[in-house]
Order: sequence, then C-alpha cells, then structure tokens
Amino acid sequence: MRVSGPLLSFFVPLFFAGPALAQEAAEEGSGTASVDAWVDSIVGPVTTPFVDFVFAQIPGTDLPWIVLWLITAAAIFTVYFGFVQFRMVPHAIQLVRGHYTSPDAAGEVTHFQALATAVSGTVGLGNIAGVAVAVSVGGPGATFWMILSGLLGMASKFTECTLGVKYRTEYEDGRVSGGPMHYLKKGMAEIGHTTLGKVLAVCFAVCCVLASWGGGNMFQANQAHSQLVVITGGDASFLADRGWITGLVMAVVVFLVIVGGIKSIARVTEKLVPFMGVLYLGAALVVIIANIDQLGAAFAEIFEGAFTGLGVAGGLIGALIQGLRRATFSNEAGIGSAAIAHSAVQTRHPVTEGFVSMLEPFIDTVIICTATALVITISGVLQQDPATGLYVWDEAAGQIATANDLSGVELTSAAFGSRITWFPYVLGLAVVLFAFSTMISWSYYGVKAWCFLFGDNFVSELIYKLLFCLFVILGAAVSLGAVLDFSDASLFAMGIFNIVGLYFLMPIVKREMTSYIAKLRGGEIPKYAKTASAGGSVA
Amino acid sequence: MAAEIFLVAYDGLDRNPVDYAATRAKANGAALCLVHVLQWSPYAFLTPEELEERKMRRRQELERAKTALVDPVVAELQAAGLPIESEIRFGSPTAVILEVAAEKGACQIFVGRSSKSGIENKIFGSVTLGLAQAATIPTVIVP
Repeated sequence: MRVSGPLLSFFVPLFFAGPALAQEAAEEGSGTASVDAWVDSIVGPVTTPFVDFVFAQIPGTDLPWIVLWLITAAAIFTVYFGFVQFRMVPHAIQLVRGHYTSPDAAGEVTHFQALATAVSGTVGLGNIAGVAVAVSVGGPGATFWMILSGLLGMASKFTECTLGVKYRTEYEDGRVSGGPMHYLKKGMAEIGHTTLGKVLAVCFAVCCVLASWGGGNMFQANQAHSQLVVITGGDASFLADRGWITGLVMAVVVFLVIVGGIKSIARVTEKLVPFMGVLYLGAALVVIIANIDQLGAAFAEIFEGAFTGLGVAGGLIGALIQGLRRATFSNEAGIGSAAIAHSAVQTRHPVTEGFVSMLEPFIDTVIICTATALVITISGVLQQDPATGLYVWDEAAGQIATANDLSGVELTSAAFGSRITWFPYVLGLAVVLFAFSTMISWSYYGVKAWCFLFGDNFVSELIYKLLFCLFVILGAAVSLGAVLDFSDASLFAMGIFNIVGLYFLMPIVKREMTSYIAKLRGGEIPKYAKTASAGGSVA
Repeated sequence: MAAEIFLVAYDGLDRNPVDYAATRAKANGAALCLVHVLQWSPYAFLTPEELEERKMRRRQELERAKTALVDPVVAELQAAGLPIESEIRFGSPTAVILEVAAEKGACQIFVGRSSKSGIENKIFGSVTLGLAQAATIPTVIVP
C-alpha cells in the first residue's frame, strides 16, 4: 500500500520538510490536493516566519532550540526540586488511591479523576502514530531519549500542575477553572511582574487556541481517518481519498458533545478510553511476551541506537531529536495544557496534585510509548541489513525502509498486525476513540484560552466551538501542510511562554513542596481509613 | 435508655419503606434515621468540563436532594410526632447505608424492593440485594 497524500503531508512537516509538501500535493492531482496546495500557498507565507522561528536549529547542529528549551527546563526543574519525580511517586500513588482524601470531600473531584481525565487527553495518537514516526525516523534509539524525556518531563508537569491548582479561579457558582492563563496572570502579579504576566498569559492563550485546532484536532482527525482506511481495505477502501466522510461524521459527533451538550457521548468515550488503553497495552505485552527472546536484543538496540543511531541518517542527534520531540508532543510536559485539567481537583494542598500529575508522563511516555516502540522494534517492520545489523535508510522517504513504505499510525498497525492479525481492527477503534477523547479535551483547553482572550460569554464560546468542528472536517479531508506546521509550532510555542512563567514561579512551588513534605513527615497530614463515601466498603 | 434507631434507605421515589418504618417506629417507640445516597464513585471518569463543574453540581445535587426529596418527608413525619433525623451522602449506596447504620447504631434497616428493573441491576445486583447479603443487622424489604 502507498502512503496516502494527506498522511505524508501531515507527517512531513512534523519532521522538517517544507517545499516538498506542495509538490507532493500537486503530484497527487486530485481535487483535494489542489485545494491543499492552494491553502498552503495562502497560509504558508504568513505562518512560515513563525514556524521557522519555533523550529529554528541551534547553529551548527540539527537540534531545534525549542526541544532543547523544553528538555533543559525539565532538567532544571528535576534538579531544583531534588528529583521529586523519583522521591514522591509512592506518595502520589497513595494520593490517587484516596488515602489522603477526607470523607467529607465525597462528591468532589478526586485525584484519581483529575489524573484520569488528564491522561485521556494526553494518551492519543502521539503514543501510537508519533512513536512510529520517532522510531522510523530516529531508529529504535529514539526510544531511549523518549523515556529520558518522559522521566524529566515529570518534573515539568509537577511544577505546572501545582501552580494550576494554587492559582485557579473558583467562581461564585462553584465552577473551578485553572491553568497557565490563570497562574501566569495571578502568580506573576503576586511577585510584582503584572505586565509580563499578562503578556505571557495572552501569548500562551493565543498559542493554545491554535494548537487546539491543529495538534489537538486536525492531526487527530487525520490519523484516525488514515487508520480507518487501512482497516477497510487500504487503497481499495471506500473511504480512501474520502477523508471528508470520516471528518464529517467525527465533526457531527464532536458538535453534539461540545455544542449540543450531549454529555453521554463524552462519558461513554471517557469510559472506553481507559479500557482501550489497557487493551492496547495488553496487546503490546502479548507481542512482547510472545517474542520474549528478542526483548534483550530490542533493548540493546534501543541503548546502542541512542548513542550511535544504528544507520539512521541523523545518527545520535537524529535519534535524540526524534525521541525528545515526539515524547514532548505525546506527554505535553512543559506545554501547560495538562495544568488546565488538573486544576479542578479537590485538595487543601496544591502540591498534592503536582505529585499526582507526575504519573501522567510516566504512564504516557515511559510505559505506553515504550511499549509501542518495543512492538515496532520486535516486529521487524523496520528493515535491517542482516550483515551489519544497521537499519536500511530510505533516502526518498526520509526514514528507515519499511515494507510498503509505511509510516505513522499505519506502521504501528502493521507491527501489531504481523503478530496479532486481527489487532489492526481493534487498533482502528482505539485510534478513533483516542482521537475523539483528545479532541474533547483539547476543545476544552482551547475554549478556556479563547474565552480568556475574547470574553467568557455564550457567543464567543459558540464561535470557537463551530470553528473547532470545521477543523475536524478539514483535518481528515485535506492535507494542509502549512496550517498543520503552524499548529504544531503553536503547541511547542505554548511551552515558550509557559516555561518562562514557570522559571519565575518555581520558588513558590518549592515553598509549597517543602512545607507540605515537612507536614507529611510530622504527621500533620491526616490519613483516612477507607470509607464508603471514598469508594471503600464497610461490609 | 436511648430510643432504638430504625434506618430507612430512601431513594427519593419509593415512599413505602418510609411509611412502613414510620408505623413500626411509632409502635415501638423508636426513632427514624432517613438516609439518601447520591450515587458517586471517586473512580468515575469525567470530561474536563465535568471536572470544572463538579463542585457546582455537587452543591446543586445536595441542595436538590435536601429540599425536594428528604426535607419534606422529614417535616411531615416530625409533624406527626416521630423523632427523625436525616443523612444525605455521596458514595456507593449499599456501602454508605451500612456505614451510616453502623455510625448511628441502628438496630434495623428498612429498604424498598428494587424499583429499577434495568439491566444494570441484573448485572451488578441492586442495593436491596446488596443490603440483604451484607447487612449485619436485620433488614426489612418493603414491597
């Protein structure tokens, strides 16, 4: 099967190609391709400077500065908070299990719920399609950097989610809203940087709105469509080149949920997503266990590839960039999005949600992304030269050679399919559900940012939501390279403004953490026995 | 000696267990404790919007349960001269009812026959069956 035009043009911008895109679209020759090229030609010149700025490479290297910016911040937070992500994980698990939740708080948002919602927003195509990109372009070694980025990213999440709870806004009617817009504005004002705080908050909100349309929406719709085409017969499928059908159906469902307020659909998805997550992980484990003899070799390749590249074009740097970039895209640590979901939790100590939020990059990146990478590596879909053990580089595709030139979600699907023949169908369902739940979460993040900019009223919210639905159709139907490039850049740009704020506000987080840990050690934080209201049973 | 306490599990719809328990309490000189449970699991999955509104909804749910369901019944029985108190809590109904029974030192539980006949009850069992199985004090199932 050939890589579809839309798929390529969605992924190509994700790893730094530009002009090839319009050409690719033009070669496609179909109606949508010419629309794509037309939109690209209009949007491109306006957005290119911004995209070039965000993904500019550090002189003399291939490393985009934004990746270094995020990973440096994660490393600084890790050291500044004394490796909090390793010390406090057992306590985070106790918090999630409700050991520190007062029975009086029954009916309020629990740590578990805030975490579960944040995880369903994060676990998505990044874990399935993104990892395939990382491993096929950066080699298995990219996995090592992904794991490292996940572990360091836990400290970034800790910082932003603690602040998210601390500076949230509790309205009179009982609604609770938080996130970077709130802590950048309020937190920075508290330490005397009112104007800078406002500027950061506005810039963050603008990027958040754009990212919610792109990475949180169009990318998801596009990849969901791609997988639906695979399972309905590939190029011969009825859906092939009819992305607008998938897009329209998804847009209608999204419309029903976010505009029509039909919460039951969202609720069903929210219940199915964890189930699909467990099923996905279970299938990965089945593949790994069935090939347990290759597990050692796979890990050896991950470690060796991390430092040599194992034949990948970019070598060490190639593996590093892909690993860090796809991991960040997947776990969103330092980006600020998760702080919005985490901030509604019921707790007396904001730092407790910070601890809990650390589990998110761990589940997302260290566990799920690694499982995907192992399956791809073990399955043998990436072609290796038997003589040298190096991977065969496909210059034209810009990635490791694969049977049928697969990439993205299709590659992951083929890797699972090579061991469990029926799994691509389950994966198809999982991809659609993950895409859907990510869209619901991002539509919420986006609307919060939008209302921060344009006012919290019905009309402004409705305009945003209608645009959001429109982008679902566009995402699945056409390959808007320049638009998506821009939105991908916006996602990472959220991290620029968020992290500047985090540097200013991290002493506040440290004070919160130190005082909480002292109280915890001194036995001042009450631990509760399981009660019926907290989900236990007295029977 | 303090009066015996009869606990009534009141779902807000079925008055039969309340009325029957009131009659028995009067005859025995016992006090009533009316328990209404708002179904809630700390492990339920919510959308980001539901997270935002949770505190507000909780307030509304409690308010509604109090003013529309529980308080009118309490007032009516109080007016009839019965000593009565009420509890409204969030949680899993069976477990919460048993918890309140233990806290109050109730000597009997009155519960209606399962009003729902949905598939949920067939799979997970009803509150009534749960109480019948798990209660450590006599439980009266009122048709």
